[in-house]
Amino acid sequence: MNEPFIRLDRINKAFGPTQVVRDFNLDIAPGEFVSFLGPSGCGKTTTLRMIAGFETPSSGRIAIGGRDVTNLRPNQRKIGMVFQAYALFPNLTVAQNIGFGMRVAGASRAEINGRVAEMLEIIKLPQHGKRYPFQLSGGQQQRVALARALAVRPQVLLLDEPLSALDAKIRVSLREEIRSIQRKLGITTIYVTHDQEEALSMSDRIVVMHEGVAEQVGTPFEIYNRPATRFVASFVGTLNVLKATVLDPASGTVRAAGRDLRLDRRLPAGAGEGISLSLRPEVVSLGSEPGRPLELPGTVSEVSFLGSVIRVRVQVDDLFLSLDTFNNPAAAPPAIGEATVVSFSPDDVLVIAD
Amino acid sequence: MKPGRIGAWVAFVLGMAYFFLPLIATFEFSMRMKRGAYSFEAYRVILSDPRFQETFGYSALVALMTILVGVLLVVPTAYWIRLKLPYLRPVIEFITLLPLVIPAIVIVFGYLRMYNSSSFLPFTGSRRGTDILLIFGYVTLALPYMYRAVDTGLRAIDVRTLTEAAEILGAKWPTIIARIILPNVLIAVLSGAFLTFAIVIGEFTMASLLNRPAFGPYMQNLGANRAYEPAALAVVAFAITWACMVLIQVVSRFAPKTAERPG
Repeated sequence: MNEPFIRLDRINKAFGPTQVVRDFNLDIAPGEFVSFLGPSGCGKTTTLRMIAGFETPSSGRIAIGGRDVTNLRPNQRKIGMVFQAYALFPNLTVAQNIGFGMRVAGASRAEINGRVAEMLEIIKLPQHGKRYPFQLSGGQQQRVALARALAVRPQVLLLDEPLSALDAKIRVSLREEIRSIQRKLGITTIYVTHDQEEALSMSDRIVVMHEGVAEQVGTPFEIYNRPATRFVASFVGTLNVLKATVLDPASGTVRAAGRDLRLDRRLPAGAGEGISLSLRPEVVSLGSEPGRPLELPGTVSEVSFLGSVIRVRVQVDDLFLSLDTFNNPAAAPPAIGEATVVSFSPDDVLVIAD
Repeated sequence: MKPGRIGAWVAFVLGMAYFFLPLIATFEFSMRMKRGAYSFEAYRVILSDPRFQETFGYSALVALMTILVGVLLVVPTAYWIRLKLPYLRPVIEFITLLPLVIPAIVIVFGYLRMYNSSSFLPFTGSRRGTDILLIFGYVTLALPYMYRAVDTGLRAIDVRTLTEAAEILGAKWPTIIARIILPNVLIAVLSGAFLTFAIVIGEFTMASLLNRPAFGPYMQNLGANRAYEPAALAVVAFAITWACMVLIQVVSRFAPKTAERPG
């Protein structure tokens, strides 16, 4: 990695006796888009607020652009922030909202007007400068909030669950818009969300947080395909977990659902010990398939037609496996109660330590 | 009509009669200064009385100063309590309620003991000092109304997030309060202000005991010496108070559009 632009160095934060963030380390490159992903209460928002300066770390240092900002007030940090609740100033027009930061900084009227027009153009609301926030839809308000944050040319852009108050359609279009504006301006961005789809689709890197700890830091591809912990595997995407007993750790032979399966890799457990095998729904096929030599017999117990994808639940012994197949207009979807086999490749089996 | 509704109407009419009959009687009496005919003679007399103009002008000025000091004291306090010290809210609410519990006469005697001309802070040693003391006394009297109005206004906006949004854009405290918080609670501040105005215009105890030429003592003095004029004055005082109430309504209707009042 190049010289990091933001460095979070052993950040800890406790509110009274509750440790909210533990030993958090992260370097962020200039222009990078990083997401903090995790369930509510995992410390992601607190970490973001420490970067913004609204909270002070109990210990650890925060540096932005090589400057230690740990003890600076929020208004000294040159940071742009977008809040979940929009937080537009209700008494100001859209243009005054966007120009607020520059006005506070003492910019000239002409300079402010020019920049406001430019920002309105970027968020594609050029005609809305004279409106008041309450006259805009939620999606428009959040775009104005983004423009307001960016108008002051901040070093860093922080977004705190900016889309969670919006409805699904707008959420998808706005996240693409945010990402494209971010790319165009090349601004280093931290995005907090509990929505894995948002994090996976937008980020250069994702930090998955759980109980105040960064469980895994990686690209969306790594996070999804090679989850480092059980929590990451289950929080990001859907996961089937098979309980298995190790027969031979050297060759990776295990016994699951009454069948012997050979995983062709060394297992981190001794013979006779229990182990969990995890499978993503999309790596499991209904019926035999070339290249997926491991098979388990089962019965179709549930079929959900999701449009382009059909999600099927198959009962194998006493456990249920979810699997996804693409919709095929020429073939009828599987029937409930149908006897079948599920197949998968040993390479797709994730063995994650508990 | 159902019997229940008749009962409600009877109660309503009785209540209105209880409120309005004395007022109508006062008004009627005030019109009878000229024997045998209704006239506004009493009103002409008091409105042309230079002492009426002086005392009313004095009280109006004191009311404006009281509003100014009250706003400067209450808005930052209520804001700070909401933002940083929410656990102190019950304490502050209790303090702001004290003027309703402690009679004005007790407060003013306390002032006279504390700030008399031989004390450490001799407010009553000069006229200007006494004026200032009177204004502070009125700020205290108006505190329950002012604080509650402003606090309600603050409840309607997301104080914390708006503050943080302004702060991260580089704004400092005075800017945040003046440009973001105050405009958004303006309606609440104005209703508090008009209530304060109505209280100060009619106040007697403090002004009288501090011996200032206010409207309240003038009314009392007139009432003790004349027959028809005090009735006219009472009607005028009522009209002023009501005008304040109407202004609260009007202002909140034509107020700048905010989150409090969308559309």
